Amino acid sequence: MATVNAPVPADPRMDTRIAEETGASTPASPKRGGLGGSVWWRHALGILALMWALFPILFIYSAATNPSGTLNTASLWPSGFSTKNFTDLFTDSSRPFWTWYKNSMIISLSGALGAVFIGACAAFAFSRLRFKGRRGGMMFLLLTTFFPALLAIVALYIIFAGIGDVLPALGLNTVTGLILAYLGGALGANVWLLKGYFDTVPRELDEAAIVDGASHVRIFFTMTLRLVMPILVTVFMLVFVGLYGEFMLASVFLTDVDNQTLGVGLYGMTLGNDANTLFGRFTAGALLGSIPVMLLYLAFQRQLVGGLTTGSVK
Amino acid sequence: MTKPIALAIKWVLIVATLAGILWIATRLAQAGNTTAVVIAGLVGMGILVVYATRRSVPLKYLVPGLIFMTLFQLWPVIYTASLSTTNYGDGHLYSKQESVTDIIAQSVREVPDTPRYKMSVATAEGGDPTTADLVLLLTKPDGSTYVGDKTGLKPLPATGVEKTPIGKITKAPGYTVLTAKQANARSKDLSAIAVPTSDGGGIKPVGLSEAFEGKATVTYDPAADKLTDTSTTPATVYEPKDARWVNVADSSQSFPQGWKEGVGLANYSRIFTDSTIRSGFLGIFIWNIAFAVLSVLTTFLLGMLIALLFNDPRLRGKSIYRSLLILPYALPFFVTALVWKGMFNQDYGIINQTLGLDVDWLGTTGGARAAILITNLWLGFPYMFIVCTGALQSIPQDVREAAIIDGANAFRTLRSIIMPLLLVAVGPLLLASFAFNFNNFGLIYLLTKGGPFNGADTSIGSSDLLITYAYRLAFSGSAPNYGFAAAVSVIIFLLVALMSIPGFRRTKALEEVN
Repeated sequence: MATVNAPVPADPRMDTRIAEETGASTPASPKRGGLGGSVWWRHALGILALMWALFPILFIYSAATNPSGTLNTASLWPSGFSTKNFTDLFTDSSRPFWTWYKNSMIISLSGALGAVFIGACAAFAFSRLRFKGRRGGMMFLLLTTFFPALLAIVALYIIFAGIGDVLPALGLNTVTGLILAYLGGALGANVWLLKGYFDTVPRELDEAAIVDGASHVRIFFTMTLRLVMPILVTVFMLVFVGLYGEFMLASVFLTDVDNQTLGVGLYGMTLGNDANTLFGRFTAGALLGSIPVMLLYLAFQRQLVGGLTTGSVK
Repeated sequence: MTKPIALAIKWVLIVATLAGILWIATRLAQAGNTTAVVIAGLVGMGILVVYATRRSVPLKYLVPGLIFMTLFQLWPVIYTASLSTTNYGDGHLYSKQESVTDIIAQSVREVPDTPRYKMSVATAEGGDPTTADLVLLLTKPDGSTYVGDKTGLKPLPATGVEKTPIGKITKAPGYTVLTAKQANARSKDLSAIAVPTSDGGGIKPVGLSEAFEGKATVTYDPAADKLTDTSTTPATVYEPKDARWVNVADSSQSFPQGWKEGVGLANYSRIFTDSTIRSGFLGIFIWNIAFAVLSVLTTFLLGMLIALLFNDPRLRGKSIYRSLLILPYALPFFVTALVWKGMFNQDYGIINQTLGLDVDWLGTTGGARAAILITNLWLGFPYMFIVCTGALQSIPQDVREAAIIDGANAFRTLRSIIMPLLLVAVGPLLLASFAFNFNNFGLIYLLTKGGPFNGADTSIGSSDLLITYAYRLAFSGSAPNYGFAAAVSVIIFLLVALMSIPGFRRTKALEEVN
């Protein structure tokens, strides 16, 4: 046990602390010293990190603006600027780029909105309501995400072929059918993320609203949904990005070139001999295709950071 | 004030949903699928009970998700699992009855010395030309007219029938003749049509305007459960064996059309007893775990270090750094994976060119694995960076100050204060990342397709994960074997679940301590 007369530890940092607390300035301290120097090395390493993060993107840009448009002539630094790859991309009638773009936007937007709504409803139940099988239900949702969904593709294909026989508008080779198939995975991991965030909203707010005579529907739609907006944005973006880039299920489902998504279409440009000759067009399409997601990220990155972390902590 | 409106919206939605279900049920009933009609009815009643009464509040919020999950996630998974106990795959796609029908239909040969019919494709009057059942309007060379459908051949009264000079019927009362374009669009249905004739043969279309009378050379004897092919002399007899029709006299001969049947746990026992598969499976499994662990570790470490780097209140331009650093995460996944594949090209890829190397990245075991890990590091670190940044911000400043006051240096603070708190926060995400990477099909498929294939067993690539291996079993190769692939996916599921659940338990415990 420490006694009152214990010697002051002979630690140089103690001097720093005393100096700080008394307002005196001392030159060297591991935490505070070397103000300019400390930030300088952080910038240096930061630029190194940026180079690592951005060089493939620079390569994509260079390849997209490369006049000859093949893989073996692509270089890291742009070798002249040409819009040839872009015009080639737009005028190729066997590869309707803008139709793919539209399909991708429709599928990703409606899929993500549907997933957010379904997930938010379920998360509200798991977070706010008490019922039998609540814990079990959450664990079960987690378990479903462990099944390699890819290998259920054959089963999904058979199921949707059957649906298409009865309801052609929802069967294979339709955008709506694919959206439905995607909504099947709307619960699962999303609910965990959502529930974590819902739990951080104080229950006292609900109780106060109940005292004021609000029904659970009213609490959910007018209060809870507003308070958890960051996580809704986060989940929306995660699902949107996931669906936007998904191509395995989409390529099995969508066989008509006019129904295909950007993912399926662009992937088709990288098969066989096309891989080399169409590389410029592929990167041009990829660059344009990245714009919606990048805009979303830049617009919502604050909510994304908040949503991902708070949702996972609890 | 809002109450009546809310109530109205609620009832409109309930009625609309029920109407939709009713409509689907009538379509199902038309298709003759009784089980599905019953299920649709039960779902409709369930929705009415849940939403029209005040009971079961939790279900009101869970039902939308549960319906989609059951239909499009659980059902496919259960279906897949049930297929794992069958031989479903190439040559074993249909039922035994369908294999018999198909073999007989394929054996139809034109009966010598029978006349060809002139044929027009039609539907019953008023039928939708794209979906209605097709009938064939036939003219014999002697000018007599017939109408044939799948029930049989009937004479067509000549009154009101109009024909072209060669005898092709263009108009018949009670029927709508399809145009060539409409008929062509139905060619799939047309090829499936065979009008049965009284002597056991059938009339089949040839092209769009002619039909021949043919007879099957293969007959099925249901009592003896044998097929007899009379086109050979002497007639060949086939009997069922291992879900195929095998020649009794020469067991190496069989029809390509087999059927699907239950094989019990044979697919599972094959994984563990077949020595090539077992050793390959073990090798894949070890690399799979190494890949998942290394991916999580490298992305987390890099993400955390960068997050720590920018976790300094004095640093300017943090938001610019952050926006640029998450760009790799914003690009569509398949784009970046394919671009990395181009960059790893040995001859003209920019990695070898820029660094002056001559590494055969995608052609050697070590190179392919390194390429995969490097690509995954690039793809995954922005996510970890975002997560760590958020978690670091949520660590209260006073905890750090307390550590400094207690005399901890920067490294000690990091190791004993920041790291534990950070791990509690991101632990579940690390596990989710592990589970995701364990089955990271897209990366392997786009980058190496599991290759290079230079081991002893050429069906197993040196960068294969279990999932890419199962995928190749299921969908490619000379004989896709979906039943076996389904068994492998059930095993993958069990492995991931077994490895992840203790981890989740642990993080839960950690949280409670926190």
